Amino acid sequence: MSLEDKDRIFTNVYGYQPWNLKAAQARGDWDNTKALLALGQDKIIDEMKASGLRGRGGAGFPTGLKWSFMPKESKDGRPSFLVINADESEPGSCKDREIIRHDPHKLIEGALVAGFAMRARAAYIYIRGEYIREAEVLVAAVQEAYDAGLLGKNAAKSGYDFDVFVHRGAGAYICGEETAMIESIEGKKGQPRLKPPFPAGAGLYGCPTTVNNVESIAVAPTILRRGAAWFSSFGRDNNKGTKLFQISGHVNKPCVVEEAMSIPFSELIEKHCGGIRGGRDNLLAVIPGGSSVPLVPAAEIWDAPMDFDGLRAVGSGLGTAAVIVMDKSTDIVRAISRLSHFYMHESCGQCTPCREGTGWMYRVMERLRTGDADVAEIDMLHDVTKQVEGHTICALGDAAAWPIQGLIRHFRPELERRIAENVREAAE
Amino acid sequence: MPKVTVDGIELEVPQGATVLQACELAGKEIPRFCYHERLSIAGNCRMCLVEVAPGPPKPQASCALPAAEGQVIKTDSPMVKRAREGVMEFLLINHPLDCPICDQGGECDLQDQSVAYGRGSSRFHEHKRAVTEKYMGPLIKTTMTRCIQCTRCVRFSEEIAGVDEIGALYRGENMQITTYLEKAATHELSANVIDLCPVGALTSGPYAFEARPWELKKTLSIDVSDALGSNVRLDSRGREVLRILPRVNDDVNEEWLSDKGRYQVDGLMKRRLDRPYVRRDGKLVPASWDEAFAAVASVNPGKSVAVIAGDLVDCETMFAAKALAGALGSSLLEGRQTGLSYDCSNLAAVNFNSGLAGIEDADALLIVGSHVRWEAPVLNPRLRKAAMRGAKVYVVGPHWDATYPVTNLGNDLAVLGKLPKDADEVFKSAQRPALIIGGAGLGKGALDACLALAEKYKLVRATDSGAWNGFNALHMAASRMGGLMLGYAQTGGIADLVAAKPKLVLSLGADEVDYTKFAGSTVVYIGHHGDKGAHAADVVLPGAAFTEKPGTYVNTEGRVQLADKAVFAPGDAREDWTVLRALADAMGVSVGFDSFDELRAAMAKAVPALGREGLADYGALPKGKAGASGVIDAYPIKDFYLTNPIARASETMQRCSAELLHGESFAEAAE
Repeated sequence: MSLEDKDRIFTNVYGYQPWNLKAAQARGDWDNTKALLALGQDKIIDEMKASGLRGRGGAGFPTGLKWSFMPKESKDGRPSFLVINADESEPGSCKDREIIRHDPHKLIEGALVAGFAMRARAAYIYIRGEYIREAEVLVAAVQEAYDAGLLGKNAAKSGYDFDVFVHRGAGAYICGEETAMIESIEGKKGQPRLKPPFPAGAGLYGCPTTVNNVESIAVAPTILRRGAAWFSSFGRDNNKGTKLFQISGHVNKPCVVEEAMSIPFSELIEKHCGGIRGGRDNLLAVIPGGSSVPLVPAAEIWDAPMDFDGLRAVGSGLGTAAVIVMDKSTDIVRAISRLSHFYMHESCGQCTPCREGTGWMYRVMERLRTGDADVAEIDMLHDVTKQVEGHTICALGDAAAWPIQGLIRHFRPELERRIAENVREAAE
Repeated sequence: MPKVTVDGIELEVPQGATVLQACELAGKEIPRFCYHERLSIAGNCRMCLVEVAPGPPKPQASCALPAAEGQVIKTDSPMVKRAREGVMEFLLINHPLDCPICDQGGECDLQDQSVAYGRGSSRFHEHKRAVTEKYMGPLIKTTMTRCIQCTRCVRFSEEIAGVDEIGALYRGENMQITTYLEKAATHELSANVIDLCPVGALTSGPYAFEARPWELKKTLSIDVSDALGSNVRLDSRGREVLRILPRVNDDVNEEWLSDKGRYQVDGLMKRRLDRPYVRRDGKLVPASWDEAFAAVASVNPGKSVAVIAGDLVDCETMFAAKALAGALGSSLLEGRQTGLSYDCSNLAAVNFNSGLAGIEDADALLIVGSHVRWEAPVLNPRLRKAAMRGAKVYVVGPHWDATYPVTNLGNDLAVLGKLPKDADEVFKSAQRPALIIGGAGLGKGALDACLALAEKYKLVRATDSGAWNGFNALHMAASRMGGLMLGYAQTGGIADLVAAKPKLVLSLGADEVDYTKFAGSTVVYIGHHGDKGAHAADVVLPGAAFTEKPGTYVNTEGRVQLADKAVFAPGDAREDWTVLRALADAMGVSVGFDSFDELRAAMAKAVPALGREGLADYGALPKGKAGASGVIDAYPIKDFYLTNPIARASETMQRCSAELLHGESFAEAAE
């Protein structure tokens, strides 16, 4: 029972049709948006809550609940803002890119709907610096929407004034963290802020702000049109809806595909990706949610349902649903070591455990890769990851620690083998 | 008032307190590096982690977490111990093990806390990170490999000093603290980052490798480089004061000190007068004390004596000189060396009435002829605080970079007669309006007009939070308020002294006087530096600098403060009061005291306020006379680093002046 075409939200994710407003309207976007807004803020938020949509950026926080944290009225004259996180920098993730370049009006309409629901004055779309063509499309699409009266004063004739600004990043992974993104939009160095205060209290320019992922926002209009019951008919309890999965690595046909949540890994791979390269038996491990979640070995992932809870049960997470498949030709230690290098490179340097720990972890990983280490250092490395995890301002420290923890948990014999061989080599 | 439990101790903490403050109230020590009471919370060092319930099952940064009702805080749990060990290990893996050659050694937060909270050994086998030195000017020596990126210095520059001089480059483990393009930090308070730095990354340049903290004798004293009376600690070894550090006094200097107050210290060992001199055939030649006294006595001035007090002298010296002049029958006393002649009949009119701390509460402020950053560097952050809280600030006088938004009303004092409409409205609607008249304003005779403004805008009023007096005079000399209290003020200023054509002029370290006007007088200079005053003198009697004598100082807000003696004066130099006492004998008069205690008692009897530490009461403001004329074309201080004889003798101050103010480059950058 996989997702039927009629139930797909992103009908142009492969770009078979133009992205422009006319084509988007033919696909049903901007169809009587006024009526959606006429539902009223509370109804929209209730509907979003009922749909069971959980944030698509990785943390999986219920989207409707997040919107409801925004102030109902401004007591001190501060406006509210919606910030849309299009800084898709997680290695493996590439879903927001497809939405923006092929279906930008879903996002822009979603921005209006979500912004209206949380009583925001404007939305800032923070797009990753490397997404140059995508940013061009997005800027053009926003302009189209303005020209058609869908944004700006009396947006979509709803009587609500709403602006959308596109803000280009400069290529820092950390700017995908919500408060670092806010800092970056404000023109400062992209470093996460301390929480509390949470953005819903004091975010962009000190005003109440909600930061949402592109996909979370883009699905909102369709959910409202087709109803919360329709959306929540997919997936298991607590893991409702459809989701863009991005499968990369050692599958025959890597792809981005919209599927129902909770689809088993095996079905996702066999149906959409043409199976594992070299067959099921050639599968070594899978990183199921983008680089920052622990890897899962072949045996455990095969039947796991691809959703938040299902992957947590196998010691990993759904993250952004960026599925990185690795077959047995992979040097798994090197792969994880490369991820450690990424986190060392992208650490903002603000807080101690991450600034110092990521470099340390990477260097030990590199030695473990070649086996130039002591067996005791495996435990020491694990201890170091535990000293980073949960001790930092933002989640980058956790993200740097988890892949290594996953490696040690599942591939400790491989690490020990390398050390043993290296010792033997040295002795000869 | 939330109730929290810290390690089983239940206590109530003030509203808005953080968990760290709650722990401190409970008597628990929380290690920290980035957190500082006077700076914004950064929360980046992660050393202050504690366990808090309710909350996520991981340690929380206590410096940033608000204390809330019913919190159960643990500072001694295994989780906290592990977290501290972990963070300390991370801080140390890239920190060099160069404590033996580090000037911070012995007063290093990292050293102390690693002993208390760290692991016994290192597990780090990789190469340590090295960071190139950054040039931060002649005062701040950098060893950036030691930096732990706590960003205290960055936050100080941005928040307290108000200049974007120091920042962080790059990210991750490559993050480096530096000044913009490695230019020198030029702010007058820049050296305070040395105190703030919890490790040895920023250390004192001039003091480099001079001494270890445990070798130093610590003496409590008062800064004399400006009229604020900043509280300082003199660190001395043997006969030399090696460094001057600020002490915490929230009413005066918080915990800051100007670069001049801190670094003129090396001037105390240079160009010192260490023996008496007598002018013979136009040249000053060394003499014995007896010869020098005889030379003074031979003038036989009768009543024709005048005393000019310098900027750095203490009240006791001035009182002793006043007693001597009085015994000779003269009351020609003056301390305003450069010719100021404002009316001193009511000292409330020339006092900083709102108090240095009180000015932070002002919501409208008019600065008349004062370059506050140079005249009172430690005051400017307070004005900045007021401005950041929303106070509107207006300036009459030439432009200077205030580090906060100001509206310049031009140089013409006529504007005081009728403020522009918007300023007028601001002052009318202000709850706590304030005015500061500085040296240039006093010099141009704007005092009366300012007093009239005080009346017009009710600068003295009762507010909900108590009485408010927003009329402030900002002086520049440490001796000024004490001198005025002791009567060192003639109606016409120093011109009255010139007109009296005294036979004998006693100069108490007065180095800013135009001595050509006293051509017919015998000038006796009692002071500590061979500066302008000594050059013009006929007899030089070597005295003690402020570090070498106990003394009473009154700052510009009328705060009477006592300083202690740290070291002995060099050579034959003596404490000033003993010189004046001996001079009285030589001249055959009696001054009525034979010891320092007797002198102090006599002074307290003559001016009771000088016998009590704390704020003196000068009574109510006099009425002024509206309207002023004249143009403020310049401020009295031409060179911030060279305003007094000690600073002028200081190599460090000379270098600061040359490099920071006059752009002469020193090719030491990045070496």
